[in-house]
Amino acid sequence: MTFQVIACGNLDRGDDAAGLLVARRLRQLGVPAHEQSGEACVLMESLAGAEKVILVDAVAAEDEPGTIQAWNANLVPLPRESFCCSTHAFGVREAVELARTLGRLPRTLIVYGIAGRNFQMGAPLSPGVAEAVERVVQRIATDFFSATSAENLFAGTVREII
Amino acid sequence: MSDVKSRTIKVDYLARVEGEGSLYVKLKGNQVQDVKLKIFEPPRLFEALLRGRHFSEVPDIVARICGICPVAYQMSAVHALERALEIQIDPAVRLLRRLFYCGEWIESHALHVYMLHAPDFLGYQDFIQMAPDHRHIVERALRLKKIGNLIMTILGGREIHPVSVAVGGFYKVPARRDLLPLVDDLKWALQASLETAKWVAGFDFPDFEQDYEFVSLSHPSEYPLNEGRIVSNRGLNIGASEYEKYFIEQHVQHSNALHSILRGRGSYKVGPMARFNLNYEKLPDVAKEAARECGLSLPCRNPFRSIVVRAIELVFACHEALRVIEEYQPPSAPRQEVPVHSNTGQAATEAPRGLLYHHYKLDQEGLITLAKIVPPTSQNQKRIEDDLWQFVPRLAEMPTEEIRWKCEQAVRNYDPCISCATHFIRLNLERE
Repeated sequence: MTFQVIACGNLDRGDDAAGLLVARRLRQLGVPAHEQSGEACVLMESLAGAEKVILVDAVAAEDEPGTIQAWNANLVPLPRESFCCSTHAFGVREAVELARTLGRLPRTLIVYGIAGRNFQMGAPLSPGVAEAVERVVQRIATDFFSATSAENLFAGTVREII
Repeated sequence: MSDVKSRTIKVDYLARVEGEGSLYVKLKGNQVQDVKLKIFEPPRLFEALLRGRHFSEVPDIVARICGICPVAYQMSAVHALERALEIQIDPAVRLLRRLFYCGEWIESHALHVYMLHAPDFLGYQDFIQMAPDHRHIVERALRLKKIGNLIMTILGGREIHPVSVAVGGFYKVPARRDLLPLVDDLKWALQASLETAKWVAGFDFPDFEQDYEFVSLSHPSEYPLNEGRIVSNRGLNIGASEYEKYFIEQHVQHSNALHSILRGRGSYKVGPMARFNLNYEKLPDVAKEAARECGLSLPCRNPFRSIVVRAIELVFACHEALRVIEEYQPPSAPRQEVPVHSNTGQAATEAPRGLLYHHYKLDQEGLITLAKIVPPTSQNQKRIEDDLWQFVPRLAEMPTEEIRWKCEQAVRNYDPCISCATHFIRLNLERE
């Protein structure tokens, strides 16, 4: 079974667009990818019904903009400090961690976080973020077309900086 | 030299509120020396962004101010613009807008009551930590919020930043059959809201009351959402066009958000407690009965009981949504033509967090030449500080960590939305 891609973000808030840009580019390449705002209830619903999910979002990090981190969310909780930019303190991290508590995580959940710096309304992408978007796209597309099962992508890996 | 112990309590990043702010409290013995609610989220300058834009763009732009109350921004905007353009909306559109607002109240109140405020009363760091011990409560919260989201999606195209609202009506209105699937969900939500009210009424509340000036809309026959005069428990009774004569905004050095005060009278309180105290008689019987069972009496002046009042408003919103769906017949056209002319319009509607005022000036081509937006959190900001001035001395004997917890809880009584207000939390308690 292949995986489904869910990307979260806001196109109008600077680097928060990164996840949605990954989804749009993946669809151009023929990889189905869903866009969401990051609203926790909607995301939890998507996670509850899925077997294998790759989730892509922008993250707030001290790292250089464009740094890509990946977490095997089945093995580690998502760090609070990275996923702090959400709608009314109830967003992507809260959805994943609440789904974990309620036993509703997909069997495989890989989360890609693209580090951003500027999340202001109307801001352009920070240098490095567009390139990071393409690197995440190429990695997901390669995995998709090689029919690599998602859980093998991170066999033995908890967290990785790409 | 004084041997009175001084303490500074700092909350550098207020959790479970929307946006970025902090709290600074300075104590000398049992005396509060200073309280500053600091809002440092950068100003978002929406008012400047709107200038030069065509009025038809306003609802979509202002929806972006907030991810949790976009309908409120859209409603205050379209009502102000429709007043400027002197158009009357179809009664069916008016009903639909009321349903739309109910959807936002359900999802926003469910979020705040369960996910942001209840953990304070139950001693959990957050909703996720609360979940293992209160699984059925968490499931109820999620389903309630989802039903609010569903109304938003059916009427607005999506659950956040809806895209259907237009000056003069909607870009697209639902058929009656589109709304009927909501009925069973809303009947469940009404029962769940009653259970919510009973649940939160059982929490322990600090014995703390304040003599507030409550300000909300008041409508002759309805619990207020979109329309009404601006009234208070101290005799204020004005139309929205008079708002700026009575309310002024002040810049304070410690905050990026403006403080609103009533001219010559100081701070005031908007939001669920204000609406409840000023409009109790307009609540449906089911909500009045629930309020009685929860031990709420008029006036409710304990801000910590705002969680119970929010739950009563959840009951109202579910009941009202069912009533609207029962009555709804689609309008003859989704929206009416809007003849353009130069004019000014003001309106206030009731966002989940309280009164939201908009004022627009249009030129002869329908371009915005002035926009003024006063969100509920900036109206409550001074009142939050005033609450803390009175509340903190009661906490002075407690360890700093406990004072910090109680202060954050006191701030969350207001469900502040900092993103909206900046145009705001982190607690610093200093004991001298």
